[in-house]
Amino acid sequence: MIVVQNLTRKFGEFVAVHDISFAVEPGEIFAFLGPNGAGKTTTIKILTTLLPPTSGQVRIDGLDPTRQSTEVRKRIGIVFQDPSLDQNLSAWENLDLHGALYHVPRKIRRQRMQSLLELFGLWERRDELVKQYSGGMMRRLEIARGLLHTPRILFLDEPTLGLDPQSRNQLWTHVKQLNRDEGVTVFLTTHYMDEADRVAGRIAIIDHGRIVSLGTSAELKSSTGSATLEEAFLALTGTEIRDESAGATDQMRRAARAWRGR
Amino acid sequence: MGAIYVLWLRELKRYFRSRVQIIASLGQPLLYLLALGYGLSPVFRRGGEGNYLQFVAPGVIAMTVLFSSLFSGIQLIWDRQFGFLKETLVAPVPRLHIMIGRTCGAASTAMIQGLLVAVVAFAAGFRPAGWAGIPLAFAFLALVAVVFTAVGTTVGSTLRDMQGFQMVMNFLVMPIFFLSGALYPLEHIPVLLTALTRIDPLTYGVDGLRGALIARGHFSALVDLTVMGTLAVVLTWVGAWRFSRIEI
Ligand SMILES: Nc1ncnc2c1ncn2[C@@H]1O[C@H](COP(=O)(O)OP(=O)(O)OP(=O)(O)O)[C@@H](O)[C@H]1O
Ligand SMILES: [Mg+2]
Repeated sequence: MIVVQNLTRKFGEFVAVHDISFAVEPGEIFAFLGPNGAGKTTTIKILTTLLPPTSGQVRIDGLDPTRQSTEVRKRIGIVFQDPSLDQNLSAWENLDLHGALYHVPRKIRRQRMQSLLELFGLWERRDELVKQYSGGMMRRLEIARGLLHTPRILFLDEPTLGLDPQSRNQLWTHVKQLNRDEGVTVFLTTHYMDEADRVAGRIAIIDHGRIVSLGTSAELKSSTGSATLEEAFLALTGTEIRDESAGATDQMRRAARAWRGR
Repeated sequence: MGAIYVLWLRELKRYFRSRVQIIASLGQPLLYLLALGYGLSPVFRRGGEGNYLQFVAPGVIAMTVLFSSLFSGIQLIWDRQFGFLKETLVAPVPRLHIMIGRTCGAASTAMIQGLLVAVVAFAAGFRPAGWAGIPLAFAFLALVAVVFTAVGTTVGSTLRDMQGFQMVMNFLVMPIFFLSGALYPLEHIPVLLTALTRIDPLTYGVDGLRGALIARGHFSALVDLTVMGTLAVVLTWVGAWRFSRIEI
């Protein structure tokens, strides 16, 4: 479903993703784990047509995200790491706009919007402007939106960021159900190892732009002789805090440095 | 096509929800209209040029549309910072449609803003020469809106941050406005100023509007239409090209 071969992405001189290769099978739940700044979001942006690769090959359902972007986009749903709602529209309007952009027929759209809003506990407050929502509510709305058009492949970039345990549980139950009943392929990132352990079939660990390990949770644990996935993760990526932890300012500074260095 | 419509609708919804902003952005045009309109009227009349309010109203309406359509660039930068732009760019819709939807929305709201000022001008005593020119006036309003929305989109797609946008705008907006003949007749002005007014796109928009509303155009309506029409096409094309290059 997703095939990545020797994918590299540079920002100026800085190599954010360094020659990675992996494949995700149809119907698989694949977790992409790594410390801050490892290159997870960058990879997702490339897979979802938002960023062209510097080199290497990517296929989504056999299609090239750079050249067949519209076809790829029809097949995917994304929950971005950063907020991407229109704060000045209501929850209902945000969903409706999304449904229209993804050509979901009006009647089906209405039904799905209602069931998703109910599922994520937002139905009562659907007509409020999003800017009046709490952080967690916005997050839930983003997730609902990503599911609205029934994508074949779902990209979840730290979907549970800022969610309470109830919502997290709800989300993963729903994602597993989608995966089981409708065969949706899921590509997710998270910093909560227990979540990855619970839902993912296979896990890739990325560090400094390189994949350092790939396998089932059990394989990762046994290969590092760890009892938990968290231990395995730390054994593979070290215990040091990353200076890459990338805020917008960081990125700008880095871009500026790269620019001047030319 | 659906995408263009929903993005247009979004801009309108947001516009009508921002009442404070609507009122606030009427302040400056009203000041020009009333203070200059009434204040300069005696001088203008003594110069044998007629009623200044009549003369300046089309200029101020065009100015309103200018400001408000350039604002689309700020909107674009905001949508980028608040992330909503990503949501539209990753949808299975050609980027050109996204850009056209946004442009139509921004141009529509700019025109509404211009109409509000026109209504106030009417209340203040401005009277069009005849009703027959109104459709043509609308056409010129629309052209001014499209041309400068395209400029806003071009700058907004190229620059990432608000400060940069503001800086570019400071260099653009005021010269465009003051060199357009919005405030003074294009006859009997110094050669250098004449040359500058000729390269200012807004000149032709204001002139066309003035011709349509008070039958006092410097150029013929055909010249104005041709220049503005060509600019609308070319600049929208440039805007679409810059927009297509946005990387998130
Ligand atoms: N547009 C950009 N310009 C310059 N550098 C960038 C850009 N986008 C990302 N980077 C850099 O690439 C590296 C990888 O970033 P990425 O966002 O992919 O990390 P991540 O694995 O998603 O981290 P996190 O867990 O913090 O979300 C970081 O060092 C970041 O600073
Ligand atoms: Mg990330």
